[in-house]
Amino acid sequence: MCLGIPGRVVEIAGDASMLMGTVDFGGVRRETCLAYVADEVSVGNYVIVHAGFAISILNEEEARQSFELLREMGQLSGEEWMQNLANDSLGQNREVTE
Amino acid sequence: MKYLSEYRDGEVAKQLVEKIRATATKPWVLMEVCGGQTHTIVKQGLDGLLGDSVELIHGPGCPVCVTPIEQIDRALDVASRPDVIFTSFGDMLRVPGSDGDLFQVRARGGDVRIVYSPLDAVKIAQSNPEKQVVFFAVGFETTAPGNAMAVLRAKQLGVSNFSMLVSHVTVPPAMVGLLESKNNRIQAFLAAGHVCTVMGWEEYEPIAAKYRVPIVVTGFEPLDLLEGVLLAVRQLESGRAEVENQYVRAVEREGNKAAQYAIQQVFEPTDRSWRGIGTIPASGLALRGEYSQYDAVLRFGLADVHSHESEACRAGDVLTGRIKPRECPAFGRECTPETPLGAPMVSSEGACAAYYNYGRIALSENEKSNG
Amino acid sequence: MADSPDFPQGMSCPTPANDTERVQLGHGSGGKQTAMLVRDRFFAWLSNEILAKQTDAAVLNLGSTKIAVSTDTFVVKPLEFPGGDIGSLSVHGTLNDLAMMGAEPLYMTAGFVLEEGLELEVLDRVVASLARAAAEAGVEGRKGRADDTGDTGGAVEGGVPIVCGDTKVVERGKCDGMYINTTGIGQIDPAFTPSPEKARPGDAVIVSGPIGRHGIAVMAQREGLEFDVEVESDAATLWPLVERLRDAIGDAVHVLRDPTRGGVASALNEIAQSAEVGIELNENSLPIPQPVLAACELLGFDPLYVANEGILIAIVEEHVASDAVKVLQSHPLGAAAAIIGRVVSTNSGIVALKTAVGGTRVVDMLSGDQLPRIC
Repeated sequence: MCLGIPGRVVEIAGDASMLMGTVDFGGVRRETCLAYVADEVSVGNYVIVHAGFAISILNEEEARQSFELLREMGQLSGEEWMQNLANDSLGQNREVTE
Repeated sequence: MKYLSEYRDGEVAKQLVEKIRATATKPWVLMEVCGGQTHTIVKQGLDGLLGDSVELIHGPGCPVCVTPIEQIDRALDVASRPDVIFTSFGDMLRVPGSDGDLFQVRARGGDVRIVYSPLDAVKIAQSNPEKQVVFFAVGFETTAPGNAMAVLRAKQLGVSNFSMLVSHVTVPPAMVGLLESKNNRIQAFLAAGHVCTVMGWEEYEPIAAKYRVPIVVTGFEPLDLLEGVLLAVRQLESGRAEVENQYVRAVEREGNKAAQYAIQQVFEPTDRSWRGIGTIPASGLALRGEYSQYDAVLRFGLADVHSHESEACRAGDVLTGRIKPRECPAFGRECTPETPLGAPMVSSEGACAAYYNYGRIALSENEKSNG
Repeated sequence: MADSPDFPQGMSCPTPANDTERVQLGHGSGGKQTAMLVRDRFFAWLSNEILAKQTDAAVLNLGSTKIAVSTDTFVVKPLEFPGGDIGSLSVHGTLNDLAMMGAEPLYMTAGFVLEEGLELEVLDRVVASLARAAAEAGVEGRKGRADDTGDTGGAVEGGVPIVCGDTKVVERGKCDGMYINTTGIGQIDPAFTPSPEKARPGDAVIVSGPIGRHGIAVMAQREGLEFDVEVESDAATLWPLVERLRDAIGDAVHVLRDPTRGGVASALNEIAQSAEVGIELNENSLPIPQPVLAACELLGFDPLYVANEGILIAIVEEHVASDAVKVLQSHPLGAAAAIIGRVVSTNSGIVALKTAVGGTRVVDMLSGDQLPRIC
């Protein structure tokens, strides 16, 4: 019931009756209903989207902290972690440029 | 992909598995109640990685699987009508009712369309004013806010040719039902992350306290699931029974208030039958009276329906963890993904389909040795 | 629940989910349902030695000459999509079936079924595109020819001519704008006959380019889904790649297969069953473009089952695997070639994947189409 994936809000449309926006999921863009995050959402936020609806704004600070803990456990080097973050690439998969 | 890919790191996964093995002094029995989590576990081979360090049971977390057969039959009925455009999430199309599935209705000429979002169904209704558009509103609490919005939107825009066949289920009553059943073996739960994104986790606290089971709100990526298992095992080892949040990046204790409000506005709790399990009181959502004009059952007179299940299908026992899919006599023989007898074999994260795909390597080796 | 009853063999299920009366969409998916339809409905009536081989193209002996013949029908919707259209697709698809047998494409036929009401402008565009694809169809020419400039052809004058055709029109609503059937005729080199059952344990499994582009490019246009994605169909004629492989490593190429509908997973399953071997893949080695991955995440798809129209799978002897990859990479179509796995002697008939986190799972043949899911 839970296929929800994180994407970045790139555009917000102004209709107050039902807030809509465009969310970018790693290169795929889709119109998304932002009504349930309307109070706090702004362009640049990451949101979790399920069936065309954003159901929460991803807490990037929490994500960073909790991933830090995981990373310590996993003994990832600091460089590797920063590189992953910076590149938006898929972990160990080969990045293929078109 | 950011906030997705990092959680698939093989090195960290290995470390987590080692920590789990080091921490667990016995094979605790954990259940996850979310189809999406089952899917990741199977797709990434996490069962195999965990081995026998813990016992992971795939619970009734797939709303596709647990949709009562009567609702499927109603869907087949209304989808067959010539003036109806029947819209649905993709995974519902192959679920067998008493007599076929939605794909077969389509083959016989029914206008059955897959949509990604319930709002797409409302749009289809707007573009096809001469037709009736019905949306199959299935899902857990995660999907309910979206379905609620579709109703509110239809009302706001005056789209009168839109209605929904509602078959929502909610998680906490199901958990309680499982914990209350005789011979329950479940010692801890991984709670569905996105259900909790919407609902928060307050309602799990009394369950954890009363039944003395740790409940860990868990995400969907491999590292999330492994971390969730680790947190659950740590609690079990130290005798704690609390609600803990692994999925901190997407879940807060109170959940999403705006979404909860919309659900309460449009839906109300109702008793619901879970396919293969039976009726669990107050475990479903139905449209409230003031929105009954959008209820497809009323609009099309679908109340009376005669359904019959395959007698061989033991979905209920599988979904509650009483038996493993392999222990069902029909598994892999009469019941396969091509010829499913019940829903857990149809949906890609139904437990039976998961076992059928994942387990075949081990199976084939067993078969060789058993002759 | 009641105790389990005793099951006699051949029990008939009271709730059959597989329609025994009508054709369903899943029968066209290239997966298990398709295989069942072909086996139960077609092979029940049509059988001969050649057909039974179920290869991409049929090999015919005409006296002392061997030719390959392949036919394919194209029913894509929408007719025009990023990176191609039904016209160009109908050329590449059929010529690739020939190429996978090691056959150099020589001639083609094209039959059209047009829907009443189809705009003539659309027909123009499609036929022009078909003609262009056939003219550029990389019949690359003699060895020693200077490398091409980077377009997907390496054209020889004339390319592959369409030598005969047919046109029919049906009433409005009876076909999605247009269907095209193409038949290709190619020349077999008797010394180069890759074939699915030749896969051997130890062989390397190579893919010539990025996975999943065609299926996602087409899916993005589908009503009800509609998303923006920077992915174009990869549809292209693969003969230049085959020719290079043949010239470089000859019969160390055991199998060639273009993973069209049903994706890489279905193609490898068919090969594994045909050769009675197992195949092991490495998820970290799969070249999947970021936008394809993202679209698959959104829909809940597995890229391994998404259709491709411009890549090939080559199963080659281990000791020439890296040469093969280099040879492929020397042509623009093969720039992203990679070894994605190997053939093994265990788990015969099964394709297994070592996942990104180190687990293992079976990559089975799908029953029908992948469905966008909410779970």
